[in-house]
Amino acid sequence: MASSEVARHLKRENIRSLTMSGHVGFESLPDQLVNRSIQQGFCFNILCVGETGIGKSTLIDTLFNTNFEDYESSHFCPNVKLKAQTYELQESNVQLKLTIVNTVGFGDQINKEESYQPIVDYIDAQFEAYLQEELKIKRSLFTYHDSRIHVCLYFISPTGHSLKTLDLLTMKNLDSKVNIIPVIAKADTVSKTELQKFKIKLMSELVSNGVQIYQFPTDDDTIAKVNAAMNGQLPFAVVGSMDEVKVGNKMVKARQYPWGVVQVENENHCDFVKLREMLICTNMEDLREQTHTRHYELYRRCKLEEMGFTDVGPENKPVSLQETYEAKRHEFHGERQRKEEEMKQMFVQRVKEKEAILKEAERELQAKFEHLKRLHQEERMKLEEKRKLLEEEIIAFSKKKATSEIFHSQSFLATGSNLRKDKDRKNSNFL
Amino acid sequence: MDPLRRSPSPCLSSRPSSPSTPPCEMLGPVGIEAVLDQLKIKVMKMGFEFNIMVVGQSGLGKSTMVNTLFKSKVWKSNPPGLGVPTPQTLQLHSVTHVIEEKGVKLKLTVTDTPGFGDQINNDNCWDPILGYINEQYERYLQEEILITRQRHIPDTRVHCCVYFVPPTGHCLRPLDIEFLQRLCRTVNVVPVIARADSLTMEEREAFRRRIQQNLRTHCIDVYPQMCFDEDINDKILNSKLRERIPFAVVGADQEHLVNGRCVLGRKTKWGIIEVENMAHCEFPLLRDLLIRSHLQDLKDITHNVHYENYRVIRLNESHLLPRGPGWVNLAPASPGQLTTPRTFKACRGAHDDSDDEF
Repeated sequence: MASSEVARHLKRENIRSLTMSGHVGFESLPDQLVNRSIQQGFCFNILCVGETGIGKSTLIDTLFNTNFEDYESSHFCPNVKLKAQTYELQESNVQLKLTIVNTVGFGDQINKEESYQPIVDYIDAQFEAYLQEELKIKRSLFTYHDSRIHVCLYFISPTGHSLKTLDLLTMKNLDSKVNIIPVIAKADTVSKTELQKFKIKLMSELVSNGVQIYQFPTDDDTIAKVNAAMNGQLPFAVVGSMDEVKVGNKMVKARQYPWGVVQVENENHCDFVKLREMLICTNMEDLREQTHTRHYELYRRCKLEEMGFTDVGPENKPVSLQETYEAKRHEFHGERQRKEEEMKQMFVQRVKEKEAILKEAERELQAKFEHLKRLHQEERMKLEEKRKLLEEEIIAFSKKKATSEIFHSQSFLATGSNLRKDKDRKNSNFL
Repeated sequence: MDPLRRSPSPCLSSRPSSPSTPPCEMLGPVGIEAVLDQLKIKVMKMGFEFNIMVVGQSGLGKSTMVNTLFKSKVWKSNPPGLGVPTPQTLQLHSVTHVIEEKGVKLKLTVTDTPGFGDQINNDNCWDPILGYINEQYERYLQEEILITRQRHIPDTRVHCCVYFVPPTGHCLRPLDIEFLQRLCRTVNVVPVIARADSLTMEEREAFRRRIQQNLRTHCIDVYPQMCFDEDINDKILNSKLRERIPFAVVGADQEHLVNGRCVLGRKTKWGIIEVENMAHCEFPLLRDLLIRSHLQDLKDITHNVHYENYRVIRLNESHLLPRGPGWVNLAPASPGQLTTPRTFKACRGAHDDSDDEF
């Protein structure tokens, strides 16, 4: 199928096919590319959406055969938050930078209206970051840590009946932004017969509501058959467990109940192995490619159109991104200059006002000062007058005293000298 | 050359494992390495593209070399003196083929430059070539900045330019030096000594040393560039290559019988020069470099370094260059706004492009 497409494409371009007379050696090209990818390392981001306690962390632990984190999330978060953690895994020579994003508090609130919005915002934020990097003038895309979500594992509660409204709503909002793979969590609580009916019910609900979940690709012959078969088994009913139980003479990952042991890697018990196969071993590259070429391009197109860029101008002439960008830049620059002018004017105005107020205050103060000075002067004059009066009185009084002294001494001369001496002495004491 | 040798990747720092990305131990196989097979399937389906340009004076054996490299009649060879007039000006002539080997499809585009250096006055004879290379970058850039992009942007950018140095035996000529200086900043250049069968082994070595010295004196950084060596393995490998560059090559597209074997070679009265014999010429080295081991690397450097440099210059000077239909004359904004400096450092390279003209 693919080769005929290529042939048709080539014919259109009038390109000849050449036959070589010997061995050239470029069949090592895929190996060269693979070696380069190994050096660069791979990056894979999984988003797990599901209610608290539904088994998201356990499933991821089981999928990647590690113990990532230990603690349980609380049920009392006021709104949904997304928690991302990055790990580096290595298997033989392949390095994988794995990012797990968990929704904390999903489905816990009493009012669940705002549950899906933080998830959509997070996915958009990752696209935005990549778009920003891509639009930069000096960019480094090859060292950029790609944080765009490649796959969303949606955990459905094993009620056995149908999808919850919250599930439908969330998936409907996410299906155009990310590859969704729905899984039935805690599948050991659903019996086999119920499981079949449940799966059929779920898929028909998804289809009738127009939710587009990720379909495993069937265009490559080598994996088409497997993928097509798996497409019919969606959603996978999974059980996660890192505990080991002895079954027969081997230790296997399982959950032990009084009535039996549910083995995680037993295909009769649950679809865990299928999920691992599909997610990691067969389609990881396709998931990344779909994210980049479909979801990211869609986001990019919407975002750029929103900003006013188009490919085709008003008269159907092609408009280059550059021109629109320049026009916008010019516009923004004009806007900025205008605002600057405005602000300058306002500033000058304010300064003037303030100056006027200050001048007023100064004048008032001056007037007060004058007034006080005058008062002070008046007081002083009054005091001066009083002092003069007092001085005059003192002079008058001393004069009077002097005359009375003279009079007194004359009267003593008439009476006797002893008395005079005493009195003189007394008087001299008084004088 | 071992075809499975690790191909060095350009300009990539090994990803730092910050404290927030702890390495985790897996308790058993998960199947992550299956992603390599997935990758292989994907690229086999997509096919590969490779664009190569050969530059040199006429009669140096460029067309024959291309035919020998890809073991097919890429060009219908036109030997001189058969009524084909030498072009009066430099023309660029591209041809595209699809070749397949063991399931791997390669879309090969070869650009020839007949007339280069053939005129009396060869001033600015590199301008058409630079123009062509930049045109390919421009085409890619225009595709990349569209709103609705194609899934796979067709890559017509020149990945490698093979420069044929005439076997004078002395040193690089002024024309060579001028050309190499300008081109090594825009594209990966691999210089080769053409028609090396006119030089003896000693003469070859002396010529090679002198050319290397010339390149060093004039700061011409040919492929593989030293600044893009990733780690110690690459350094060792590439240093070995750098010692032998420029390769002394001989091209031949006719087969002759030697000791019962059919080999590609040139038959002369004094012997048969076997093209693939390392004792006779270094064609196998060139072929291995270009095809078997460094093809991906050539493409990577073109995409990550040369194209990015072009893009930076282009986006910075966008208000000066004329554009297609519907272009609105926007007066450049007053100074003081968005002063992005004209001189900049190429990514990891010490190339100063301040006086480049496009």
